[in-house]
Amino acid sequence: MAEPKVKYDRQLRIWGEQGQAALEKASICLLNCGSTGSETLKNLVLGGVGSITVVDGSKVEVGDLGNNFMVDESSVGQSKAEFVCAFLQELNDAVKAKFIEEHPVELIETNPSFFSQFTLVIATQLVEDSMVKLDRICREANIILIFARSYGLMGLVRISVKEHTVIESKPDHFLDDLRLNDPWPELQRFVETIDLNTTDAVAHKHTPYIIILVKVAEEWANTHDGKLPSTREEKKHFKDLIKSKMIMRDEENYREAMEASYKVFSPQGIGPNLQKIINDSCTEVDSNSSDFWVMVAALKEFIANEGGGETPLEGSIPDMTSSTELYINLQKTYQAKAEADFRDMEERVKNLLKKISRDPASISKANIKSFCKNARKIAVCRYRLVEDEFNSPAQPELQKYLIDEDHGTLQEANSLKVLPENTAAGLYILLRAADRFAANYNKFPGQFDGEMDEDISRLKTTVVGLLNDLGCNGSTLSEDLIKEMCRYGASELHAVAAFVGGVASQEVIKLITRQFIPMSGTFIFNGIDHKSQLLLL
Amino acid sequence: MADSASQSRSRDLDKLLLRSGNLVGPTFEPGTELRDALNEFVRVLVIGAGGLGCELLKDLAFSGFRNLEVIDMDRIEVTNLNRQFLFRLGDVGKPKAEVAAKRVMERVSGVDIKPHFCRIEDKPISFYNDFHIIVLGLDSVEARSYINSVACSFLEYDSDDNPREESIKPMVDGGTEGFKGHARIIMPGVTPCFECTIWLFPPQVKFPLCTLAETPRTAAHCIEYAHLIKWDEAHSGKTFDPDDPEHMQWVYSEAVKRAELFGIPGVTYSLTQGVVKNIIPAIASTNAIISAACALETLKVVSGCSKTLTNYLTYNGVEGLHTKVTEFVRDKDCLVCGPGVLIELETSVTLKKFIDLLEDHPKLLLTRVSVTYRGKNLYMQAPPVLEEMTRSNLDLPLFELVSKTPRDIVHVTGAAGKGDTKQSCSRKLRVVFKGMDVDMAGGA
Ligand SMILES: [Zn+2]
Repeated sequence: MAEPKVKYDRQLRIWGEQGQAALEKASICLLNCGSTGSETLKNLVLGGVGSITVVDGSKVEVGDLGNNFMVDESSVGQSKAEFVCAFLQELNDAVKAKFIEEHPVELIETNPSFFSQFTLVIATQLVEDSMVKLDRICREANIILIFARSYGLMGLVRISVKEHTVIESKPDHFLDDLRLNDPWPELQRFVETIDLNTTDAVAHKHTPYIIILVKVAEEWANTHDGKLPSTREEKKHFKDLIKSKMIMRDEENYREAMEASYKVFSPQGIGPNLQKIINDSCTEVDSNSSDFWVMVAALKEFIANEGGGETPLEGSIPDMTSSTELYINLQKTYQAKAEADFRDMEERVKNLLKKISRDPASISKANIKSFCKNARKIAVCRYRLVEDEFNSPAQPELQKYLIDEDHGTLQEANSLKVLPENTAAGLYILLRAADRFAANYNKFPGQFDGEMDEDISRLKTTVVGLLNDLGCNGSTLSEDLIKEMCRYGASELHAVAAFVGGVASQEVIKLITRQFIPMSGTFIFNGIDHKSQLLLL
Repeated sequence: MADSASQSRSRDLDKLLLRSGNLVGPTFEPGTELRDALNEFVRVLVIGAGGLGCELLKDLAFSGFRNLEVIDMDRIEVTNLNRQFLFRLGDVGKPKAEVAAKRVMERVSGVDIKPHFCRIEDKPISFYNDFHIIVLGLDSVEARSYINSVACSFLEYDSDDNPREESIKPMVDGGTEGFKGHARIIMPGVTPCFECTIWLFPPQVKFPLCTLAETPRTAAHCIEYAHLIKWDEAHSGKTFDPDDPEHMQWVYSEAVKRAELFGIPGVTYSLTQGVVKNIIPAIASTNAIISAACALETLKVVSGCSKTLTNYLTYNGVEGLHTKVTEFVRDKDCLVCGPGVLIELETSVTLKKFIDLLEDHPKLLLTRVSVTYRGKNLYMQAPPVLEEMTRSNLDLPLFELVSKTPRDIVHVTGAAGKGDTKQSCSRKLRVVFKGMDVDMAGGA
C-alpha cells in the first residue's frame, strides 16, 4: 500500500490531516447505486472515507451498461449492489466496503433503525414520498442526509440535517484582522518606536504598511475630531496623505499602504453573520449544548467584556514589503495578542463548562485555539425538513423564483397564467409534478415511447394542480418545458449523473470534515444551459 | 412494464437523441441516424489524461462517442490516485494516456480509444484537424494557449470577414482548483477564444529576487531562496530536478537553515514541494463536476440535442454553492482567432527574409519559425530530417512557393513572446503580395 500521506497529498493541502481523519472515521450509506449513486460514492472512496454500505435491491440490466461504469457485461442479471461495491473496493483498499441487496424503499418502510449506524446517508433517485419518510427517520436519529437525483438533463441535490456548525470555514477572501484603526497598547507602543520621517532611505522603504497605516490613521483622526475617513472624497485625501509621506518614487511599501487603505476604513466590530450567531438562543447553554455553542457563548461574553466589541484577534498578518526584522517583530506582536485573547477565552469556556456541570477540560485547547482564530468566520447551517419545504415552501421566495420579472410579462393560455421561464425553478416544479404523476399512473411521464402525447397532457394537468397546492392558483408552466420533461422520461444520463454525483460528494466532504460551508437550500442542476440555481424554500 | 428499449445499452441516451424537443439546438434532427453518426463518424480528441481526462474519457464514452483519442505526456504518480480513478497503485510509472484508454475500453464495450503518449507539440498541426471537436482537460495555461492557437489556425474567413462554418474547430475546456472550477465552449470566430479572454488567467506572481536574497519574511521566501538562488551557487551547472527526491530534500534542508537564521516559522517538506512545484490542490469531486459539464456540452455541440452553455461556467463550492454563466465577448483584434495578421510583401521576398520579418514584427515577435502553406511544409525547424529537406526553400521567393497566388493564408509555428516568457504557438498570416492586381472580392 502506498503511503497514504503521498496518495492523499493533493487533498491534504485542502482539508489537512484533521479533515482527512474525519473522512477516515466516517461511515457512509448509499441508497440506490445507479450511475448517480455510484459516481457520488466513487469520489468519496477515492478520497478515503472510512466505510461504505451500498444498498440496492435491483439486478443489473443491459441499459445500465450504457450509463454506469461500475457494472459490465458479466454482471447483467446479478445484484447491482454487489458489483458496484466490488468495483469501488478496487479503487481504494483502505475503505471498508460492503453491500446489502435490498430495495431502499422497503428498508425505509420496514427497518427505520437501520440508518442510525451511519455518519451520513446518501439517498439517490428516491421519489418524493420516500424522501419525506427517510428525512423524518434521519432527522429523528440526527443522521446527516443528502439527496441526489438525476432526471434527464436536470438534477437535484439537497442536504437535510437539523444543524451543521463550522469553525474552519476557510473563505477565499476575508478581511485581514489587523486592528489598524484601533491598535491595542502593545501594537501602539511598537508603532511608536518607528519614525516615518527617518532619513535612512533603506529603512524608509522597508517599513511595513501596517505601521504606515496605523500612523497615518492616527494623524488623520487627530485633525478630524477623532474620526476616520468615511466619504469617497475623504478616502481619496487619506490616500494622498499616505502618498505625501513617500520620499522616493519606487517605495513599494507605500504603494501597498495606499492599496490596503480600505483596511483602515472598514467598519469596526463584528459583522452581521456573526451577530446573528451570537444572538441565537443556543448561546443559552446547558448540559446538552454542543462544544460549538459553548464556545460561541464564551465568545459572546468575550466580545461584551475584554474584547471591547471585537472577537479574539486572529493573530496572523499577510506578507508585505518590510525588513525581515520589523516583519517578524510585528508578527510576534500580533501572535502575543492572539495568545492573550485565547487565554481569556479559555478561561470563559472553562467557567461555562463548570456551570453546565461538564468537565472544564472537556473542550481541548487546540479546539478553543482554532475557534479563536476563526471566530469571525464561524457558520451555522440549518435545513428545513423536506416535508415542510414540499408542503409549505416559503411563499415570497417561490413567487420570486417562478415569476421572474426579467423574463417578461405573464402570458395567458386557456385562462391559465403561464409563468415566465426561470428554467431552474420550472424544473423543480416539474420534478415534483413527475413524482406526483408517477404516484398516480405507476410510471414517469414519457417513460415509454408511444405514450408521449397522453403523458404531456396528463403532466400539464398535474403541474396546474401542484401549483395550485403551492399557492400559485391558476398558473402553469410553459408548454416547451413540460414537453421537455416528458422527453426526459426519467432517464439517468451518465454526464448528468456524474455532475450531480460530483456536487453531492463535494457537499458530503464539507459536511464530514466540518470545513468550508455546505450549500443551503435545494440545488437544481439545469443541464440545458447551465443556469442552475439554489432555491431557498 | 416490459419494454424493448430497456434492453438496450443506449436506454437513457436514446431519450435525448431520438425524441424531439423545443429547447434544442437549431441543427437538431432526432433519430437513430443521429445516434449512429455519433457512434461511427464523430471523432473526439481529449487533451490530458489526468484528473479531468480520466473523467472525460468515461463521460464521453457514455455519451455516445465511440471514436476517441487521448494525448498526454505524463506517467502515473502515486499522488494521482486520490482522484484519477482509472489508475491503480500497480500502474505507477506507466503512461497515463495508455492506461486510461485501456481501462475505459475494458469496461465500455464498443468504444475505441487511441492513446498518444507524447507532448502536444510533438503532433503535426494536421493531426488536430482530424477531429470534429477537441476537449481540453489541462492544468496549464501554456498548453491551453497552444491547443487554442492550433484550433484557431484552421479557421477561415470569407471575403466579408465572416468565419466559414466548416472551418470552425469547436473546443470545450475545463479547469479546476480545489473546490472551484470552470467549463467553457470555444467556437473559434464565434465565441471568444482562449486568447481573447487570457486575462482570466493572470500570470503567477513571482517573488522579487531582492526579497528572497535580502528581506525574507515567509516560509515560501526561504524555500524559493534555496530553490532559485542557493541551488545554483552550490551546484555549478547541475540543473534542479523537482522530481528528484534528493534535490527536493536538499532544498528543504537549506530552506530550514535559512528560516532558522531569520526566525521565520513554517517551513515543512510538504510546503517545500508545494512552492517549488507550484502544486495546485485537486480533488475527485470537482474534477467530476467540471468534466461532466464538458462532456455534456460536447454532446450538445455535436448533436444539437439541447441548447448549449453560452459560453463560460464557473463553479465554486467553497462557501455554499455558487454557479455562474457568463457570456464573454470576442476580442475583435485577437491575433489568434481573428482573420489573421496582414503581411504585405514584395514578390521578390525570399522565404528566409519572410521568416526574419516575423521575428521583428511588433504583433508577432516569432522566433524559430516553421512555415506551412496549404498543408505543405515550406520550411520546418525540426525534426532534422525535415529541416534538411526544406532548407533549400529558404532562398526561393515566397511568391514562387505559394504558386504565385497574390493573396492567401500562410500558417507559421514558432515561439512567441519576449525573454523567458516564450511559448509555442501557431499563427495565421494573411499574406498579400504588392503590385499584384488582386480582385479583392476573391477573398483570402
Ligand atoms: Zn481570440
